[in-house]
Amino acid sequence: MSDPNVSAVEQYRNNFLREVEENVDEGQWVKMCMQCGVCAGSCPLGEHWEHSPQKLFMMIRAGKREAVLSTNSMWMCTSCYNCVVRCPRQLPITQIMHGLAAYAHRLGLAPKMQPTRDFSIQFWENCTRTGRVNELRLTIGLYFRDGLVAGFKKGWSMRNVAFGLLKAKRLNPFELFKGHECKDRKGIQAMLKKANEIDARKKRPTT
Amino acid sequence: MSAVGEMKTAAYICRGCGIGERLNTKQMAMVAQKEGKMKVVREHDFLCDASGVQMIRDDIANEAVTHVMIAACSRRAKTEAFNFQDVPMARANIREGVIWSQPEGAAAQEVTQDMADDYVRMGCAEVKKMKLPAGAPVASQNRRVLVVGGGMSGLTAALESAEAGFEAVIVEKQGALGGWAAQLWKRAPFRSPYTDPVDTGVAELVAKVTNHPRIEVHLNATLAQTSGAPGAFTVQVATESGATTALEVGAIIQATGFTTYDIAKLPELGGGQHPNVVDQAGLEALVIAAARQGVPVKRPSDGGEVRSVVFLQCAGQRDDSGKHLPYCSGHCCNTSIKQAMYFKDANPAIDTVVLYTDLRTPGMGEDFYRSGQTKGVTFTKGLASGVAAAGNSCTVQFRDFILDEDTSIEADLVVLATGQVPNSGVNIDIPEDQQPAVKPISILNLTYRQGKDLPQLKDGLTDSHFICFPYETRRTGIYAAGPVRRPMDIAQATEDATGAALKAIQAVENAALGRAAHPRSGDLSYPIVPLEGCTQCKRCTVECPFGAIDEDEKRFPLFNESRCRRCGTCMGACPVRVISFENYSPDTVGSQIKAIDMPDEFSEKPRILVLACENDAYPALDMAGMQRNVYSAFVRVIPVRCLGSVNTVWITDALNGGWDGVMMLGCKHGDDYQCHFVKGSELAGYRMSKVDDTLKQMGLETERVASYEVAITDIARAPQLINEYVAKIQEIGMSPMKGFA
Amino acid sequence: MAKKEYAFYPGCSSQLKASASNYLVSVNAMCQTLDVKLTPIPDWNCCTASIAYAPSSELSRHVMNARNFALAETHLPGQDIVATCAACWLNARESKEKLDGSAQLLADANEALKEAGLKYQAKAEVRHMVEVLIEDFGYDELGKHVVKPLDGIKFAGYVGCQTNRPFGIDGESFENPKYLDKLVETVGGEAAAGYEQKVTCCGGALAFSEPEKSQKQIKDIVEAAYDHGADMIVTPCPLCQANVEVYQADINKRYGTKLNMPVTYYSQLMTVAYGGTAKQAGLDGHIIQPKKLQDIAVRVVNTKK
Repeated sequence: MSDPNVSAVEQYRNNFLREVEENVDEGQWVKMCMQCGVCAGSCPLGEHWEHSPQKLFMMIRAGKREAVLSTNSMWMCTSCYNCVVRCPRQLPITQIMHGLAAYAHRLGLAPKMQPTRDFSIQFWENCTRTGRVNELRLTIGLYFRDGLVAGFKKGWSMRNVAFGLLKAKRLNPFELFKGHECKDRKGIQAMLKKANEIDARKKRPTT
Repeated sequence: MSAVGEMKTAAYICRGCGIGERLNTKQMAMVAQKEGKMKVVREHDFLCDASGVQMIRDDIANEAVTHVMIAACSRRAKTEAFNFQDVPMARANIREGVIWSQPEGAAAQEVTQDMADDYVRMGCAEVKKMKLPAGAPVASQNRRVLVVGGGMSGLTAALESAEAGFEAVIVEKQGALGGWAAQLWKRAPFRSPYTDPVDTGVAELVAKVTNHPRIEVHLNATLAQTSGAPGAFTVQVATESGATTALEVGAIIQATGFTTYDIAKLPELGGGQHPNVVDQAGLEALVIAAARQGVPVKRPSDGGEVRSVVFLQCAGQRDDSGKHLPYCSGHCCNTSIKQAMYFKDANPAIDTVVLYTDLRTPGMGEDFYRSGQTKGVTFTKGLASGVAAAGNSCTVQFRDFILDEDTSIEADLVVLATGQVPNSGVNIDIPEDQQPAVKPISILNLTYRQGKDLPQLKDGLTDSHFICFPYETRRTGIYAAGPVRRPMDIAQATEDATGAALKAIQAVENAALGRAAHPRSGDLSYPIVPLEGCTQCKRCTVECPFGAIDEDEKRFPLFNESRCRRCGTCMGACPVRVISFENYSPDTVGSQIKAIDMPDEFSEKPRILVLACENDAYPALDMAGMQRNVYSAFVRVIPVRCLGSVNTVWITDALNGGWDGVMMLGCKHGDDYQCHFVKGSELAGYRMSKVDDTLKQMGLETERVASYEVAITDIARAPQLINEYVAKIQEIGMSPMKGFA
Repeated sequence: MAKKEYAFYPGCSSQLKASASNYLVSVNAMCQTLDVKLTPIPDWNCCTASIAYAPSSELSRHVMNARNFALAETHLPGQDIVATCAACWLNARESKEKLDGSAQLLADANEALKEAGLKYQAKAEVRHMVEVLIEDFGYDELGKHVVKPLDGIKFAGYVGCQTNRPFGIDGESFENPKYLDKLVETVGGEAAAGYEQKVTCCGGALAFSEPEKSQKQIKDIVEAAYDHGADMIVTPCPLCQANVEVYQADINKRYGTKLNMPVTYYSQLMTVAYGGTAKQAGLDGHIIQPKKLQDIAVRVVNTKK
């Protein structure tokens, strides 16, 4: 299989907007932005975005593919939906940001070691493995993403939180071995496999 | 009715709405009888109900009452009940002006009663000076509407007039009807769904107008002369050959439209420099030419394929450098969206970029904008710094405001969204020797003393009372419609033209009855000038905001009643006070000023005269009363038609009579004026600036006369202004002039 | 009032010994008083929250939610699906809107669901517990069950994001929803008026991946509660509760603050006001103890309804 990024570049040449429209969830909305900037001013982590949603939309139109797909920005989205409810054009901005992030991840252009990206991957794996989230494994997985030593350090620094939760019966150490799970795990796996097949069937030749 | 000249006055005092409980109406009746010298004086518990009104009617019919003074509510209330067409009537404002604006309770009782008694005195004094207006219907009642200009506005105005049953005449300078709209391939949508360019509808409209039995069209024609007044205009229609035809018309609509801003004035954007840079009108021409041949739009330089088009908004407009048009022309954003769609609808692969700083899409243009986005038109927020055109391609250099960078786009075609320059004719406010080198050609060629064309507002736009009466100009019976008065698109121009047609019809009808056009609609009074007293000072002819007064061959003022709006500015201007209306004169107000019971210097009861504009300040005070916003009981308010009608004699009379202060409440003036009569409050301000000298001569403090701008919405502020002013006068002390008059 | 029945979607965090287990405890107690029967959707699965977007496709996330709908339709026909977790509710509702709005997406989802032997018929409605309280009961009815009004406690009503946006509670504004304050007043507590951090984001899932940035948010949320003289924060969202409560010690270390603000659920307030014990109200599940609420919970009342 060819590098999805290389084939996307070849297919869309300099029309990044069309690439986004055809490959990013809710990407067809990007052209409807009217550049008012309300999204940028409404984002709780706005100051941490290299490019605000408003600017990202303009960059997409201006064909700044590399800059858009490799930025940290979309990964700053907390899914608070403030931009969505305030957008005068009713663009699903949160969903577009997720879509852009996912597309960047798919093409291998997302920043390496982006913590939210890693968390996202782990969350999906965690919740689809058994059908339900295993909070302890999820947390530990995130702590240890930077390696063993870093993981223990992080875990140690958060020990008070863990003890507190433990005391409050809101954390179960045995979850590490066997946690909550759905009965029909097989069915869930089969169903998700099918969903992926359907997606693959519909995908354009490039990706 | 009584015999001519025999005056029988009657005063009616209402006890309703709490007046009877709050005031000693018996005492008021006594005042009317003893001091007001009213022949008939009656009190009634509910004067505006059928029995009260019938009582007055009976007195007029059976008792030969000729003059009626009603002491009840404000003259603005119960106008249908108190509507006695056969007699002059004065209204003493006891409800809003006294009991509602004064606090209840024993402490305030005396001054409140003083106030009511004074208003009765004033009403009695006023009514005795009033006459019933006779009206002056225009003898030659011409009902035809002349429309100058055969574009979208003119065609609409003519058709609307004709459809309403009036004859219309179009005088068009060009050889064909249709104007700019006929040069368009399509127009922006003006009804749902607002998604695509639509047919202009011009051909259909021209056909309707051309075939209409009540519309007469003169092509290749201009106006060589316009004279007369509403209901009796005479115009000389000149054709290219120089031959003129005289036409009698009742009203005129000037719909002379606009000229596009000269693209050659924008060389830095490639205007006039390269065939691939056109203005919006130029693009329409390219599209029409291509459509006629059934081919896509070609690049002008070489006939090559157009793959990318850039639209530069605000080209030569919204300019603050003073080089270009300072204003926004309003239609150009929608026009560029429409033109981008010409390309996108034909071939979605063509790149279209609209470069804007602020996208302004009036009407339902927001939907159209959204449709443009849906079709893939790119909207980039930025400002072009230059267009470099070479060979067959243009490079647009611009600042991208969102990405915050200087960048460029290549384009086969660049369209400059230039603005509308109104075809306003001659600027009559510029003296002959200061007119520009290329002298504008007059459109109306009016024979009026005050100039050949309609006055102009800022930026050369033709006069329009934009606050209240958009089509109204300061030349009664002549209306402005369409882009000549303000930049606008076709939809707005059509609406404008319809409004102007209705106004023109109203003017014709009013002239026939001798009635005023608004804001004093229906008023039959008009200025009466016994010329024997006139000193030919010309102030009235110069100051009339409506150009209603010419000069006769002996240089006396010549009043054209049907051009008059009855504001009384001439009356305020006249130094010898010979100008008056039958029901509003130096005497009707002057007698009120003299009628009050003036307390002595030691009474601690100052008296402040408030002259309040009847359109804004007076209703604001009435509404203050309705909301029980209390103000000082030491004021006596007299409504005036406009502060422009205030004659300085009233001020000097008041001060000589011992009044402690005079407050004038009028409308905002300046470029964003609120005055119904446009210049009235401004003139008053100018005149009053000269009053200081008089005050000093009289040995009085200059604070004793003050002017304020009050809007109709100043319901809380107006009472506050009054209270502050009264406090100031109390600080200064009582007038030393008391007891001399 | 007749018993009301719902297909209950508790969500991962509400499970036994999970981070919001005490939320579930109090919801159960509250529902008992209100005579509400919550039947968990058999074998329900995770909604995928709003963080799983990077590696997953839109369809696969919708399929996860559709599975729950199909299970509810099969086993609890005619019952509305009720979620207590903001993310569960939001994601379920978003999936439902998308699936119900696109025949193609619905067909695709059902093609996948078929692998698990299920079919979504676009019947089940998705609701939040707060909607049930407000719409199916109403404040007056909710107030009738109060036996121990929460006198003397001032609550900062922290609505957060996902119970409020993008769907929110019908009739409420996104910028200043009032229902939480009204619920507080319904149970006799005092709502901190003008609490300006009411709908501020706590960082959500980024509390894990971007702790510093999120804790800045949480610090603002807690400090504003202090500024308004609140005794505790109350919230309808399990992630808000956890984030705002558990990181206060960390924030104190980072910023040198002395935050120690309890964070409770509306269901705990109601359980206590309805006469429930501290345990029934899940008050033993806090890291920062809601002392004033606990005090009322242990107080004995004579007037039994």
